[in-house]
Amino acid sequence: MEIPYTTEIRKDTGLYNAKVGIWLFLASEVMLFGALFSSYILLRVGSQDGYWPHGWLTVWLGTLNTIVLITSSITTVMAWASLKMKNFGSFKLYHAITLCCAVTFLCIKSYEYHDKFIHNEVTLKDGRIADGHLIKRTADSVTIEGRFVKDRKELFNLSTPFFGHPKQEEIEIKTADIATMSNYGPAHHDYNALYFTLTGLHALHVIGGACVIFYLWAFGAKMWKEDPERFTNRVEISGLFWHFVDLVWIFLFPVLYLL
Amino acid sequence: MSDQTHSEHHDHIASHVRRYILVFVALIIGTILTVWASYIHFPSREINIAVALVIASCKAFLVAGFFMHLVSEKKMIYSILGFTFFFFIGLMALTIWSFGDFPPFTVTH
Repeated sequence: MEIPYTTEIRKDTGLYNAKVGIWLFLASEVMLFGALFSSYILLRVGSQDGYWPHGWLTVWLGTLNTIVLITSSITTVMAWASLKMKNFGSFKLYHAITLCCAVTFLCIKSYEYHDKFIHNEVTLKDGRIADGHLIKRTADSVTIEGRFVKDRKELFNLSTPFFGHPKQEEIEIKTADIATMSNYGPAHHDYNALYFTLTGLHALHVIGGACVIFYLWAFGAKMWKEDPERFTNRVEISGLFWHFVDLVWIFLFPVLYLL
Repeated sequence: MSDQTHSEHHDHIASHVRRYILVFVALIIGTILTVWASYIHFPSREINIAVALVIASCKAFLVAGFFMHLVSEKKMIYSILGFTFFFFIGLMALTIWSFGDFPPFTVTH
């Protein structure tokens, strides 16, 4: 079956069909992320004074990831411009860089997730709280690299320097002395729940977008030879989605890492 | 396509490419500014939030306007985005409206 208006312009919309389709889809995506940002605002405004975390994430990693996504955005648009200039070789090069950026972004994000899952808050039976990264766990004890705090509130404003937390001491705690122990996963705090939901959904978008770009990059040569205009339009549509993913991150970065 | 038309088309895209590079540089500068501004202790945290969101909005405009070509799109796309903007603002307005509208017996801090 022939798909209509893949390259020719419809008179009523002034556009080819896929472009209208992707913008309608992006409109629904705005509302999806909008709902999650709305949850963020409500939970943050409703949190107890002094108990909303600051500095729980490593700023330089977030900055690096922002730069990686911005770089992938320009290589995406350059890939499209290369096709417009009938240069398939440049298209391949630019989209190879886009894919490398996507993989780099996901690797950094995975590292950050891992960092949160090994970060633990340990409440002792004497009321003290130890906070740090798990190094070793045996049946009798746990060893963390971190610090003791008297008041839990101390854990919420870390005023992180740009290059992360300074090295901390090794603390060995007997299992018998532990009242509760929880890692910084989604269940730890409203902030963590939002952080994992927002960045997890965003990462799924990165994976989805990267899969489409990979498909066009790896298997696009045949369509480029048969119908270059249609292929260029496909690249434009995938690019619009990719830029949207970048756009969402532009807001996620300051909201989650800096404010 | 004649040679002259092809050359004009090529020049047109090349001018776009120069613009993309400028936007890329502006986005990198915007990112550095966002991080730098977050380390400044303004009189209140609300100012920090406002500054970060203003910079983020400028960056978003650059991405949407130039990388996504919204500065020169068709009316149909603007209509779709107009509706989206309306509902997004409505969603945020409802969120802000609900701050002071807790159900009875809600424990607030």
